[in-house]
Amino acid sequence: MMTLAQAGYPAAMGGATLGHYLVVSAILFTLGLIGFLTRRNLIIMFLCTELMFQASGLALIAFGRYHMSFTGQTFVIFVLTVAAAEAAMALALVVLLFRRRESLDAEAWQDMKG
Amino acid sequence: MLTAIGTMVTAAEPEGGGSHWTLTMIVVLPLVSFVLCGLCAAFKVKSKLPAWITVASLAAAFVFTLMAFMNAGPMIAAAGAEHGAEHAAASAEHAGHLTVHVFDWLNFDWGGGKSSSGRFDADFGFYIDGLTLLWMLFVTGLGTLIALYASEYMAHDVGLGYCRFFAAFSLFVLSMSCLVMASNLLMLFFGWEGVGLCSYLLIGYFYKKPAAVAAAKKAFIVNRIGDLGLLMGILGVYAAFGTVQYDKVFEFIHKGVDAGGHPLTTSSWIPVILPLLLTAGAFGKSAQLFFYVWLPDAMEGPTPVSALIHAATMVTAGVFLIARMMPLYTIDPAHTILTFVAWGGTITAFWAATIGMAHFDIKRVMGYSTASQLGYMFAGLGVMNSAGGAAHVFSHAFFKATLFLACGAVMHGFAGQLDLRKLSGVRKLPGWKIVAAAMFFGALNLSGVTFTAGFWSKDLILASSFEQSPAIGWILLITAGLTAYYTFRAYFRVFEGPVYFEPGDEVHGHDEHEDHAGHGHDGHGEESHAHDGHAQGHGHGGEFHPHAPGWAINTVLATLVVGCFAIIPLVGFAEHGAWVGKMVGASSAAMHGGEEGHGTFLGMNPHSVMYYVSSVVGLLGIAAAWWLHLAGRTSAAHANADKLEPALGPIVTWARHKWYVDEFYDAVIRIPLKFLSNIFYLLDQYLVDGLVNLTGFVPKGLGRLIRPSQSGELHGYALGMAGGLAVLILIVLMVAR
Repeated sequence: MMTLAQAGYPAAMGGATLGHYLVVSAILFTLGLIGFLTRRNLIIMFLCTELMFQASGLALIAFGRYHMSFTGQTFVIFVLTVAAAEAAMALALVVLLFRRRESLDAEAWQDMKG
Repeated sequence: MLTAIGTMVTAAEPEGGGSHWTLTMIVVLPLVSFVLCGLCAAFKVKSKLPAWITVASLAAAFVFTLMAFMNAGPMIAAAGAEHGAEHAAASAEHAGHLTVHVFDWLNFDWGGGKSSSGRFDADFGFYIDGLTLLWMLFVTGLGTLIALYASEYMAHDVGLGYCRFFAAFSLFVLSMSCLVMASNLLMLFFGWEGVGLCSYLLIGYFYKKPAAVAAAKKAFIVNRIGDLGLLMGILGVYAAFGTVQYDKVFEFIHKGVDAGGHPLTTSSWIPVILPLLLTAGAFGKSAQLFFYVWLPDAMEGPTPVSALIHAATMVTAGVFLIARMMPLYTIDPAHTILTFVAWGGTITAFWAATIGMAHFDIKRVMGYSTASQLGYMFAGLGVMNSAGGAAHVFSHAFFKATLFLACGAVMHGFAGQLDLRKLSGVRKLPGWKIVAAAMFFGALNLSGVTFTAGFWSKDLILASSFEQSPAIGWILLITAGLTAYYTFRAYFRVFEGPVYFEPGDEVHGHDEHEDHAGHGHDGHGEESHAHDGHAQGHGHGGEFHPHAPGWAINTVLATLVVGCFAIIPLVGFAEHGAWVGKMVGASSAAMHGGEEGHGTFLGMNPHSVMYYVSSVVGLLGIAAAWWLHLAGRTSAAHANADKLEPALGPIVTWARHKWYVDEFYDAVIRIPLKFLSNIFYLLDQYLVDGLVNLTGFVPKGLGRLIRPSQSGELHGYALGMAGGLAVLILIVLMVAR
């Protein structure tokens, strides 16, 4: 990963190189993943997925800038739009799930197994 | 002759549309009747309407047959005269005929003129010659009379059953007409299967009675075996001659070549295998040799059906087939298959007669007698006397129909009672004179008493048999004695002697028994099953009044008796079967008498002495029946014959059990078949189904294997995804390295 970052970074990016952005993105993603795996509260788990989402968005923008292409940014803008709608729906789902079980615990839905 | 008739036909055809129309009507009328009876059933007609429709249509068909006969008269007379004149000469003249094309039926051609191209033509058309007209006259004539009889006989079943009966009856006459008038073998086969179907439907008419259903199935299945032979024979004829149209086939045979131009006599299969296959079909339909077992059981059907289908007409289809295809049988100079036919008929005649002697059910006796008499007809064909065979078909149709209908009247009047040990002196009851007279005159004919029609036709066969093969002659002569014995045994037991009767186990809705009418109507079979032989189980309280036959039954019986006498000049008093002989002479069954046999009857010419010999034999049989079954008999159940039984030992029991033939067939065919079918069932159950289930089991097992991964724990899934991601990253890194 470092070799990729050192291959040549534009001066316009200031002090931060592609590598820095990717590290931040990886940290965000890992935090989200750990949170998703360890917490049982549906809302927290949902927030963790959002965190992972933003990590990938950050990586996309960093790569887009690195390649001097707008594709990455355009893509992220679309993703954010969709993610907003999806967040609204997901929260609505969580509310419904809560109403059914009077609990936000993911374990409460274990009987949905195949 | 052939060319002469050919020109006559072609010349007559353009303006001969009238006769064409007449012939078509013979087939159309029963069809109309069938459709109307079906409509009666659909509209739930509760009257005797279907019977009158059937009687009217069949009577009209008979009139049209007569018209066709009148139209063809000159042709028949010319050909017959020619045949008579040339009888002694060994000329293979083909007799006069008329081929009528009605419409193209099954006509194909393929290959479009290339080397592999071919044609198959089967018109819906008529081949009219003496044989056709002879058969059609008694099919439609007797059909009309028996339909009239059935209008009264089936009266207990007015309603749906009545419609069903007459629809099947009409369909039978339609099929039989197609069979007889067909211009080609395929149309014959169509009619052949049609009569088989109607036979099945009518035997199983009392479908609630298990015995009737079993008998219907037996008849159908036994016939299938023979029909396989017939179908193969028809295909063989097509393979040999490239056509199944009679006129073309006969032309090839007349020329002595097959379709490829090779001489027939050197062919390895045409002279022997082809007729043998056709014989299998004929023997199946006519209940000969191994196939006879279905006919006695077919007596489960209503008696008019037994009279029309299983005595007078359908069972003679086998005789008709062989007579029609006689040119094919005579290709072989050694007459191998004709000899086989003669022996098959002879053995059946004797065999069935011995069973008929021991049976107590008079209708079964008549059934065995039919198989036996059919044996005579086949023997007649086999010993090169097709005129004799056809004459016996003709006279048998009349007298056996009379006998059956008389038995049916008894059955109708005594609530299904047919056991000759439980009926006696019926003649002396009021209202039974005509039935008794019909039975008596029918029995005289069947016994071959001098000057009856049965006597003349049987004599033709007996004399020719002695001429060709004295062994066949002697067996048939002995059988004639046995026939006279069992016929008069039935007559003497049932109609003569002290008056006694027990009712059978069937209740008809008679006027005297209004209280039973309700459940007696459609429960014919059910009733007899439910009470299972307990005559007193109906609440008669022993008060049973026999039900004397009404006007329809009496009229038909009287007409048939008159008919039995009226046909005497048609079959008798002449060397070669009189009028019937002439009709047969003017047909494809004409025997050209190439070689006269050299057999003799004890050194005398069989044709001149047989009249006396067979008269004596017949009278001996009657005398034996009189001594054993009438003389000094004081009860219905016992007669002098009982005293004779211990002396004969187990033979009587064996004969009474039909020589255990059914049991033998059970052991040899049915049980092995059942065993095999059980094995196949197990194979199907475990091997075939196992394989099918196995293919279903594979995805099922796989699913069971991975189902635990769907634990329902969200974190488990997440971990799995994370793990998968980790593995993917590892792989990417390793590949990139």
